[in-house]
Amino acid sequence: MITRWAFLLSGMGLVLMQLAFAEERGMRLPKAVEAGDAFSIQSAGSEKATLYIIGPEQVLKREIQTGETTLFPAGALYNAGHYLAVLIGDSSTETGSFDVVPSSKPADLSFLARPSRLQVGIHDGITGAVYLFDAYHNLIVAPTSVSFELSNPSGTVEKRIMVTRDGAAWTGMDSTAQQGIDKFVARSGGISSTRIVRQVPGDPCELKMSARQAGKQVQLATEPVRDCNGNAVPDGTIVTFTATYRGLQSTVDVPLKRGFAEVQMAEHSGAMFSVASGVVLGNQIRWDK
Amino acid sequence: MLKRLLILCAIFAVATCSGFSQATVRVEPARLQGPRTLPEQTEAAAIRDYLQSWQSLRAALEQNRSDMLDLSFVGTAKDKLADTIQQQAALGICTRYQDRAHDIQIVFYSPEGLSIELTDKVDYDVQVLDHGKVKTTQHVSARYFIVLTPTEVRWRVRVFQAAS
Repeated sequence: MITRWAFLLSGMGLVLMQLAFAEERGMRLPKAVEAGDAFSIQSAGSEKATLYIIGPEQVLKREIQTGETTLFPAGALYNAGHYLAVLIGDSSTETGSFDVVPSSKPADLSFLARPSRLQVGIHDGITGAVYLFDAYHNLIVAPTSVSFELSNPSGTVEKRIMVTRDGAAWTGMDSTAQQGIDKFVARSGGISSTRIVRQVPGDPCELKMSARQAGKQVQLATEPVRDCNGNAVPDGTIVTFTATYRGLQSTVDVPLKRGFAEVQMAEHSGAMFSVASGVVLGNQIRWDK
Repeated sequence: MLKRLLILCAIFAVATCSGFSQATVRVEPARLQGPRTLPEQTEAAAIRDYLQSWQSLRAALEQNRSDMLDLSFVGTAKDKLADTIQQQAALGICTRYQDRAHDIQIVFYSPEGLSIELTDKVDYDVQVLDHGKVKTTQHVSARYFIVLTPTEVRWRVRVFQAAS
């Protein structure tokens, strides 16, 4: 019985010795290092060697004494990536790998917002996409909250909270009913980026004109032209007046001026006048004198 | 499925014709977030240009010439790789990267169409040379996050970042 226990204990001792030997021979690498943080690499032995840290993102080389701890100060390795550690001595070569991971704290966000100008009342008409980066401009791939806010001068705020996937997040926003200059803000971890979105009136919604005698001509004038949300259609928008008489048609294009369009056309009893802007048709007036 | 296979074959053909390595390329179905659909031609062009970026990377890091990055890289990715080249040159090192296998998936096509993000599980070999002498050759598997942006005639890599 005593012999059996002695055999088992000696066997366990041998296994423990082998584990210790394996650890002693190997390089001890961190599994992951946050970008820009200090870290150290331990090696076994007692000879001069060269330690290479190799990646497409960054390269380091140190002449070291094995058996000592090699310290890399803060800021030595700052580009996120997968790195090889290669230790080459006179008698041996050891290799390993580790990751440099981005900091979880955003320091920069790349904010793409479109369009910079659009009509009011468009569902999901405004889109914003964000990529999040840390202080070393590494893409933060861990899920992170991003808030998107669209605010207009009247104080209306549309807000969405999204979570990044693989470093990216996006949202769609409705343009509001009121024209004006809106601020589109993306925010994460205390940093923000702002884009300006100009919301302009839509197409004219309803056109109404009146007619009156003006000497030997007819004066045609619209009422103030507005879109379907009540926003004044901008000056310069073309309004087309058409007169039809005995199968002949004459047309005049007039830009809006101070919200109105007006024109004088030839007077013929029985003539039919109509008004249009874009695809919107206004009222018709038959001129009988 | 057949169309995807055709895209893949086209990529292989381009790769082979251009003397690219014998890397195997697998394209997973896109796992897109975002409202914009990704046309097949755009997908094929982005993947083709991305695969070619490995050639640029290889040549630039092997010859320590940052101008060889110009074709395929832009912005942060180009700056970081150019810094690596500068570090290599200062240390007397050069590295040879040889991609062996790609497993690509497109994960984001931004709504305005100005960026495509993909992930790539890459198998590659890296050889380290110090003052012209080969020090080691290692096989590496890593997952890359890639952001591509359109330029005049091609997609260029703007973010090139690995994790294990």
